[in-house]
Amino acid sequence: MKISGRIWKFGDNIDTDAIIPARYLNIWEPQGLAAHCMEDADPGFMKKMRPGDILVGGENFGCGSSREHAPIAIKAAGIACVVAKNFARIFYRNAFNMGLPIFESPELWGRVENGAEIEVDADAGLIRIVGVAADPLKIPPFPPFMQQLIAAGGLMNHIAKGRAK
Amino acid sequence: MTMTITEKILARHADLDLVRPGMLINARVDIALGNDITAPIAIDVFRKAGAKKVFDRDRIVLVPDHFAPNKDIESAEQCKIMRDFAHEHQISHYFEVGEAGVEHALLPEKGIVGPGDLVVGADSHTCTYGALGAFATGVGSTDLAAAMLTGELWFKVPETMKFVYHGKLRPWVGGKDLILHTIGRIGVDGALYRTMEFTGEAIRELPMSDRLTMANMAIEAGGKNGIFIPDAITEAYVRGRAERPYEFYSSDSDAAYHSVIEIDVGKIEPQVSFPHLPSNARGISQVGDVRIDQSIIGSCTNGRIEDLRVAASILKGRHAARGMRLIILPATPTVYRQAMHEGLFDIFLDAGAVISLPTCGPCLGGYMGILAKGERSVATTNRNFAGRMGHPGSEVYLAGPAVAAATAVAGRLAGPDQL
Ligand code: SF4
Repeated sequence: MKISGRIWKFGDNIDTDAIIPARYLNIWEPQGLAAHCMEDADPGFMKKMRPGDILVGGENFGCGSSREHAPIAIKAAGIACVVAKNFARIFYRNAFNMGLPIFESPELWGRVENGAEIEVDADAGLIRIVGVAADPLKIPPFPPFMQQLIAAGGLMNHIAKGRAK
Repeated sequence: MTMTITEKILARHADLDLVRPGMLINARVDIALGNDITAPIAIDVFRKAGAKKVFDRDRIVLVPDHFAPNKDIESAEQCKIMRDFAHEHQISHYFEVGEAGVEHALLPEKGIVGPGDLVVGADSHTCTYGALGAFATGVGSTDLAAAMLTGELWFKVPETMKFVYHGKLRPWVGGKDLILHTIGRIGVDGALYRTMEFTGEAIRELPMSDRLTMANMAIEAGGKNGIFIPDAITEAYVRGRAERPYEFYSSDSDAAYHSVIEIDVGKIEPQVSFPHLPSNARGISQVGDVRIDQSIIGSCTNGRIEDLRVAASILKGRHAARGMRLIILPATPTVYRQAMHEGLFDIFLDAGAVISLPTCGPCLGGYMGILAKGERSVATTNRNFAGRMGHPGSEVYLAGPAVAAATAVAGRLAGPDQL
C-alpha cells in the first residue's frame, strides 16, 4: 500500500471529542459524521481539506471515548491515512477493525510543517517527505495478525473468511 | 509460571495455561455491552456482514442511556435501531427507559458482571467493572459486532502497572480524589495500552463504590483496564447479586510488573482536575478563586447512592449559591428510589437542585445541563476535554461529590472545609 498526500498537522492528545464532538453522536451515518470531522480541533477543517489528505498527530491520538464514529468520520471525510507519534488503544483497534490506515512514526511530527506532502510506503515501512532530500523515516511493521486484518479489509471480513473455511 | 490477575483472566478465557504481555490472543467474552450511540453502528456492521444470529442472547447487554429518553428525532431513530434489534434477537438484557440507567452503574448493580469475567463494551468506561476483579475493557462498534456474532474477540495481553496506596484517607477524600491524583501523576497517556492494578492497605479498606469510581477512570490514563484483587468487600457486594457463578483471581506475589508506583494517600487532599485534561489535577487548597456556574453530581463515575449521600451531607441545611445551577443525576432507577426513600431528594430540593432522571445527559454534552460559551461547570464526571459538556469555549472541572456539593454552595471552587 502506497499513500501520498498533503498533511494537516495536529498536536498531542487529540481526543475523540475533538475529532467528532459528542453533540453530533445522534448521527451515525458516515457522511453525516464526516461533515463535522475535526470540528473542535479546527472549526474550518472540512472547508479546507481535500480528499486524499493525511492527518498527522502527536502523542495519544484518538484518546477518550470508544466511539468508532471518530475513525468513521475521518475515513468518510476522505482522509487517506493518519500518522501519529502513537495512538490511544481503542482508536488503534477501531482503525484496524474498520479499515482506516494508520501508522506510527515518532519522528514525522517534528520534521514536517502543515501543508507538506508526504509519501507513505506501507509495504517498505517508509515515509518520505516530498522535496526533502533526507533519508526516509522508518515506520515499524504491524504484527502479522494486524496485517491479516488489513488484508481482509477489517475484522468482520476476517471473521467471515475464518468461518467460511 | 507467575501471572497477574489480568493475565490469569485472559489466559482462562483463551484456554491457555500462560499468557505474557504482548501476546495476541483470541478469548471468550462473558458479556458484550452496547449503548444507544455505539450499538447502532455495531448492528449495521453485524447485518452488513450477513450475520443472522447472536452467539448468546443472555450475554449481550444493550442500554439506552446516552440520549435516552430520546432527546431529539435523530436520537429516537438510534434508540429504535437498538430496540428493534433487541426484540428481534430476544436480548434478555435490554433495558427500556424506566429500567435503564447509566450502563456502568447499572451492570454491577444488577449483578450482570462479576469477578473473573471477561467483559467488553462499546464504551470506553467499560473498564469500571475491574472494581469487581473482572477484566473489562472498552472496544469499538465493530468489535461489539464481532463479539455479538462469535462470542470471542482478539486481545493484546497488556503489561501491568501496579499502584500501591499506603496510609489512611483524609476527611472528604474518596476514590475520585485518589484516581484524579494518580492520573495527575502519570498523565493522560501514563498507562497507555497497560493495565492499572490498584492495591495497598488503603485499597483494602476502600468501599466498592469508590473502587468502581477508580476503575472507571483507568481509561483517562490511557489504560486498557483497571483492576482490583477481589476480597471480602467484593464478596459482600456480589453475594446475592451475581447472576452467574463467579471466580476470584489474584496476582501471584512474584508476578512481573511493568512498574510499581507507590502513593501515600495521607498526603492527598480533595482534588480538582482543571480544563481540559483529567491529568490537570490539584489539591483543593491550590485551586485559587474560580467562579463556577453549574455543578453536576452524577454519571457512571460518581452517580451511586454513596456519592449522593456524601453530597447530601454537605448540602443539608444549605442552599446553592445565587446563579448556580445544581443538577443531580442518580445513575440508576434503584439509586433514584433509594435516594428518595432516604430523604435525600428533600435535601437536594431544599438546596435548590434539580433532580434528573437516570441518564448520561450533560456528562458528554448530550442534554440537560449544556454549557454556553465561557461558562464553567464542576462535575463528578470523568472527562473535561474542551467542548465535552457543551460549547467548545466552556470549561469543566472534575471533582468528587464532596467538592462538587461544596462548590455549588460557595459559587466558586471549594471543599467542604471551606464552607
Ligand atoms: S455517564 Fe458519561 S462517561 Fe459514563 S457512560 Fe455516560 S456519557 Fe459515558
